[in-house]
Amino acid sequence: MSALLVHGYEVVIGFETHAQLSTQSKIFSRASTAFGAEPNTQACAVDLALPGTLPVMNKGAVERAIQLGLALGSHIAERSIFARKNYFYPDLPKGYQISQFEIPVVQGGVVSFFMEEGKATVHKTVRLVRAHLEEDAGKSLHEDFIAQTGIDLNRAGTPLLEIVTEPDMRSSAEAVAYAKELHKIVTWIGICDGNMQEGSFRCDANVSVRKPGAPLGTRREIKNLNSFKFMQQAIDYEVRWQIEQIEDGHAIQQATVLFNPDTGETRAMRTKEDAADYRYFPDPDLPPLVIGRDWVERVRSEMAELPRVMAERFVTQYGLPEYDATQLTQSKAMAAYFEATAKACGQAKLASNWIMGDVSRRLNSGEVAFETLPVSAAQLAALIGRINDNTISNNAARQVFDALWSEGGANVDDATADATRVDAIIDAKGLKQMNDSGELEKIIDEVLAANPKNVEEFKAGNAKALNGLVGPIMKASKGKANPAQVNELLLKKLG
Amino acid sequence: MSLTPADIQRLALLSRLSFDTPASQRLLEGLNNFFAIVEEMRKVDTSGVVPMAHPIDAMPYLADHAPSAPEGMALRLRDDVVSEDNQRETNQRSAPAVERGLFLVPKVIE
Amino acid sequence: MSDLHTLGVAQLSALLQNKDIGAVELATRMLARLGGNPHNAFLSVDSEVTLAQAKAADARIATGDTSPLLGVPIAHKDIFVTADFPTTAGSRILEGYRSPFNATVVQRMGEAGMVTLGKLSCDEFAMGSANENVAVPSAKPQAVTNPWDVSRIPGGSSGGSAAAVAACLTPAATGTDTGGSIRQPAAFCGITGIKPTYGRASRYGMVAFASSLDQAGPMARNAEDCALLLSAMCSPDLDRDSTSLDVKAEDFSRDLNKPLKGLRVGVPHEFFADGLASDVRGPINTALENLKSQGATLVSIALPRTSLSIPVYYIIAPAEASSNLSRFDGVKFGHRAKDFTDLADMYEKTRTEGFGDEVKRRIMIGSYVLSHGYYDAYYLQAQKIRRMIADDFQEAFKQCDVIAGPVAPTVAWKLGDKSDDPLANYLADIFTLPASLAGLPGMSIPVGFGEGHMPVGMQLIGNYLQEAKLLNVAHQFQLATEFHLKTPGGAA
Repeated sequence: MSALLVHGYEVVIGFETHAQLSTQSKIFSRASTAFGAEPNTQACAVDLALPGTLPVMNKGAVERAIQLGLALGSHIAERSIFARKNYFYPDLPKGYQISQFEIPVVQGGVVSFFMEEGKATVHKTVRLVRAHLEEDAGKSLHEDFIAQTGIDLNRAGTPLLEIVTEPDMRSSAEAVAYAKELHKIVTWIGICDGNMQEGSFRCDANVSVRKPGAPLGTRREIKNLNSFKFMQQAIDYEVRWQIEQIEDGHAIQQATVLFNPDTGETRAMRTKEDAADYRYFPDPDLPPLVIGRDWVERVRSEMAELPRVMAERFVTQYGLPEYDATQLTQSKAMAAYFEATAKACGQAKLASNWIMGDVSRRLNSGEVAFETLPVSAAQLAALIGRINDNTISNNAARQVFDALWSEGGANVDDATADATRVDAIIDAKGLKQMNDSGELEKIIDEVLAANPKNVEEFKAGNAKALNGLVGPIMKASKGKANPAQVNELLLKKLG
Repeated sequence: MSLTPADIQRLALLSRLSFDTPASQRLLEGLNNFFAIVEEMRKVDTSGVVPMAHPIDAMPYLADHAPSAPEGMALRLRDDVVSEDNQRETNQRSAPAVERGLFLVPKVIE
Repeated sequence: MSDLHTLGVAQLSALLQNKDIGAVELATRMLARLGGNPHNAFLSVDSEVTLAQAKAADARIATGDTSPLLGVPIAHKDIFVTADFPTTAGSRILEGYRSPFNATVVQRMGEAGMVTLGKLSCDEFAMGSANENVAVPSAKPQAVTNPWDVSRIPGGSSGGSAAAVAACLTPAATGTDTGGSIRQPAAFCGITGIKPTYGRASRYGMVAFASSLDQAGPMARNAEDCALLLSAMCSPDLDRDSTSLDVKAEDFSRDLNKPLKGLRVGVPHEFFADGLASDVRGPINTALENLKSQGATLVSIALPRTSLSIPVYYIIAPAEASSNLSRFDGVKFGHRAKDFTDLADMYEKTRTEGFGDEVKRRIMIGSYVLSHGYYDAYYLQAQKIRRMIADDFQEAFKQCDVIAGPVAPTVAWKLGDKSDDPLANYLADIFTLPASLAGLPGMSIPVGFGEGHMPVGMQLIGNYLQEAKLLNVAHQFQLATEFHLKTPGGAA
């Protein structure tokens, strides 16, 4: 594999992702985790670290850790320990974070995905070191007060899974592709709502550079990347900055940096002296977490088919190319929509084309989600059926699709009703293709007679001259001619 | 293992405490006296001994009471249910500085 | 009934149930004795709260409720948070703090119908052996004095609790014991106190000092009273304390009257070495003879790592404390410095002003032993020896049913004698630390007097969950002796 070098340097990236778990209550208290509440209205005594309070573990958080471990093929520790990470910060009420240090709940695992590298589609595997449970800190609001910061502890105690990779990534694009795949997995299995704007999925990128073959360079950590777009920008900037520093003869100092989306630059945070000495020790308020094999097996049996497994199934079961299969398994809803359509019309590749094309285009404009599509799978299947049986052309199908989409109100319960809707629109708009070859031949003969020059040019070897004939034929047929049929007949007549 | 004034400074910073010079000196002496006793402890051969983070670890009889955790008491797990409602006013009644429901601190510069 | 204040819990309960006295009257009489705060035992009182609780108790008695603690007064060590009284944990950093909730122990005693007289003084954050480390009220903190000799310390850290019971200011008090803080002040003040097995009593609402060592327990005039109090105190708190043992609630009074015949009493020879003052040795030996005369056998046992318990404890406890005390940062509650330049300065000034010297010392030790590079050599090593100490006890319990010995090497010392010498204080904990480290239940009962007519206490240590047996031995001893009935001259 040829390395993707930047100015002769190899880029080495590892990720730490904090995924907020979709539990109702916090990891160690019974306050709500709902987003957007008034400040400190969801911070109970335990969350505020009032004297005498103690942590009690949320089963839902553990269950989600097990689900993640199973999804990534990790080892789920039978016995893991909670440890205190000690440091002072106003949004950390206890002055320590309850996390896991020496023995995390999830160990190892991989995230694999496809990505474009140059002109090729490459399969990548990023190894996980571990994933562990810990609590989120509160929020600091700097803008609202003069010379002061307001602390909101609603978020303090929200359960997190910190997912740590080996430094396996070699480009910013790969890092983003990894992050997107991980995002897909955690939302697919339902352990995290994936809302990056609300801070549900936050990535820290550890970035270093080195000459190929050299030992690992000193890394800097870019914190709190919560958009894929900024992720790539930030890493690219950081890489260029590090290379410039090295080329200018400066050594890279280990640092934590923040990305400024307005300037596009990364900047080292004020050094937190002694920040590295967290004085980890096992939390004496929490006995070891024991996860029996029975529990793991039960969770395994209840888990939905994972996206990668489903994608492989789409390849074998429906004969789809890997690229299509990966695209269609972006989300559970999309995959379900595809399968319903494909099963109903029996044309998996056509279904895939329509979903990745026309449907996705409209989705990307952001107004609807798969769960609320105006065109039901049954309708799309019926439409594809009519293309397939030559009732309408592709162009005409688009018009039908547009009509269905703007009508909305897909009757998801009555598949038959949906299919007849398609036919009704075809009739109403008079979109039926002309399939009667007799009538078509008449039109072709007329056009051929009226365009002798094109005929001559074509016979002389200019294949493009055919286009000059197709146009008038389609026009004369009022768009109803089947283009494939037109081509076939034309070629027959012209020899 | 003797502590130095630099150690006192580092530990004070870690602990967010400050000591004036005489207090710092007294502390250094006191801690070094204390750690002289601790040296006895360091000499003990503990190879093969599993550290006991918790007395609960040492209560084997508990296996009878909690058979699901034969190695000692396991972490109890509670159901994922919200049962704490908004008690902001009561919870903040001993707060040094509060405005619009937020705890106020000197501005944090990152 | 002019000697009402000298009566114990069981005796008062009988009077209340018999309607010889009402809870309100009793509470009023006890409150009257608190004027001038004898021995500086109390940190806060609130007669309105007390009388409201007494009234509620009377109402329950009137309905025929025969709960054994109903209407009986109690006072709580200021380590337990209370919604109706301020909680300081003896520290300036919590001066004026009002908890929105009650500690589970306080709640349980309240549900049992006990009437709270107020909050009792203690060493700051339970760190101390003399109650000289109390830092509130900040205008003029007052060390607690020993009712037997006001020029002497009452012991610590539950010094206020011990003094209050000994001076007959309350028939019952809650204390906490991390390294001996119930047993030692009980011994120095000539009262009875018990630290149950780790995890028996809920730690929810106990301001945390050392989480793997802290344990709540009752302090009262005799074993019978302690048994009643312990039964109310110790039911599992599974919803709020993850270290609360999931064991059935017990009636700790059930075995009080078992005869001692056949009991094997282990006597650790390390507890009777040169360091033990002769004026303590004498009464202890006499007490052991008493047990023998009741049919017990004395067995010589070894607890070879007894002296190691000092460095082990003073590594582990400060380590946990240094972390537990990080929440005191002036942000959410408690003291905040008045003048500061920025956040870092606010933290530093707040904590430096708010914590006393001993607390700061232990935080520094704790930060050191948990530091990167030192963790293995100190903290981990200490936890390994801790296990060895716990194993030593299990070996010993193969040969005996309970272990008996001194609580402290001397009787209570003079105020100020050891206040400049923290190490001397640590060394005096030698006999109570081992049971704390192992998490075993331990008791102190008065067994005589030593130098200066100061009380001497004998320690009884049992195996895990064996509180009923300890209380049995103590009760049988108290039936045969009168030390527990003595009150200091100044108690009238």
